[in-house]
Amino acid sequence: MPVFPPTRHSVIERLRTHGEAGRSEAFGDLVAGYWKPVYKYLRVRWRLGREEAEDATQALFAEAFENAWFDRFDPDKARFRTFVRLCVDRLVMNSQQAASRIRRGGGQQVLSIDFAGAEEELLARTHGLPEAEDFFKREFVRALFDRAVRALRKDCLTRGREVHWQLFERYDLRADERPSYAELAAEFELTPGQVTGYLAQARRAFRMHTIAELKALCGNADEFRRESRDLLGLEIE
Amino acid sequence: MIWLPDSTVEHLTAVAGWPEFASDRYDVIEEIGRGGMGTVYSAFDTALGREVAIKIGNALPSTELQARLTREARVIARLEHPGIVPVHDFGVLADGRPFYVMKRLQGQTLRAFIETAAPPLAERLRIFERICEAVSFAHAHAIIHRDLKPENVMVGTFGEVMVMDWGIARTFDDRSDPGLAGTGDTASRPVIETNAGTVLGTPGFMAPEQSASAGQIDQRADVYALGALMFMLLTNHAPPHDSGQAIPDLDRTPTIPPPLKSICRCALSTSPSDRYHSVASLAADVARFRERQAVSVHAEGPLERTVRFIRTYQTPILLVLAYIVMRALIAIFAAG
Repeated sequence: MPVFPPTRHSVIERLRTHGEAGRSEAFGDLVAGYWKPVYKYLRVRWRLGREEAEDATQALFAEAFENAWFDRFDPDKARFRTFVRLCVDRLVMNSQQAASRIRRGGGQQVLSIDFAGAEEELLARTHGLPEAEDFFKREFVRALFDRAVRALRKDCLTRGREVHWQLFERYDLRADERPSYAELAAEFELTPGQVTGYLAQARRAFRMHTIAELKALCGNADEFRRESRDLLGLEIE
Repeated sequence: MIWLPDSTVEHLTAVAGWPEFASDRYDVIEEIGRGGMGTVYSAFDTALGREVAIKIGNALPSTELQARLTREARVIARLEHPGIVPVHDFGVLADGRPFYVMKRLQGQTLRAFIETAAPPLAERLRIFERICEAVSFAHAHAIIHRDLKPENVMVGTFGEVMVMDWGIARTFDDRSDPGLAGTGDTASRPVIETNAGTVLGTPGFMAPEQSASAGQIDQRADVYALGALMFMLLTNHAPPHDSGQAIPDLDRTPTIPPPLKSICRCALSTSPSDRYHSVASLAADVARFRERQAVSVHAEGPLERTVRFIRTYQTPILLVLAYIVMRALIAIFAAG
């Protein structure tokens, strides 16, 4: 039976329409979805040192929250992910022009972010330097899947579907050569039909979590449709 | 921490884009092919407990592509033949994309089969005749394939030969089923008119008249493509894109029996009127060659005819010769 994740509203809508508490919560979701692409973008595209990139990431979201940058986003002009990237570019250019390093803390809101994990992911990169938009897009998708996979694991483990998760992890999250379904069946003492069925259920749930996460990170319904098509090849009405 | 390397992200992107069926009947296993019109997935049919292949229209919102996929399903459904992969089911996804379910074939494309199995000439001719049978059957039902090429022929694990991908197939008789019809008034004549400015087919395997954007084609376009397939079966490589270059290439290959060169040359004629008028006549010539009979498009010399005669009747000729030698020996011993 498929898992139905809760309906997610766009963080932009939540930032604009909810009260202070709701706004903070929405902003937290926005940071969770975007900090990793932002950090990696600063490290790779802007060639900032580790500490500088950490500072800049913190500063971006802190300033965005305080000055309500993201509230000004106009979905008719760009995608939200492009808007975030442009905010990063502007922040770095401004700070470079001022020739002043962004100080850590300094009364700004400090966010809880796992920079060490992002740094490990950067070290694992093997490809060359892509274009800015492509890079940010790829890292955005990676962060999106990261969140969807985490949500799937949580779902599976809380619903007693450890085998579903283990099969998904063993097959779909594998970076190198994937085992055959027959090999998985032998390993988990299942029939190949059961492996197919369990994997299909896990993938359906993964798809739903991915869609829910993407919906939450887009500016509006129209942008969500475009992003679904461009990033996932999905036509969503 | 879950680390998602690029290869995993690519795989998950594909998984996220996999089709969502209205029912739980089909569990997608993996993507097995992608073309301009649609993507083919292997899936498990939970109702019947068997693996199937599902072709789904590509996500891009194009009613033309969707209509073509629907037409393809209907074409295949009409052609119940051992050489044409059967359609089991047809439906529409929640997002409006049509899909159809067909038999899952285990095997290789003809191109891969030629490259990996290096089959002998007799096996190549058997495969070619099976292809001809399927295409001829389609022609008998007023349907032209229009995209015959090695990638669209599957050779199964048990030697079965299947003609695939009827995505741009068209009928040349509108009366048979309006839903399958091509454009233009074609009901009274066996000619297909393509949409203006649209060229559908594969260079090297596409008849010259099909390459012309406003070209009118009939079943002889498939005869040309079969000639190109035969060229590949005989030479191990695809014919050149320039249709006029295939014949010199053929003539430069001394190992090909001259009658087969003649058959291939006739099928690859630039002018449709110089080709075989039907796939059946092409296949009949190949069968004649296999049975060591004279083929209709090859003018044999006296030596060639004699050699063929000896090869055809080598057993009775050997028996007669043995009898004559034996009688001669008996006569010699009797005289001595």
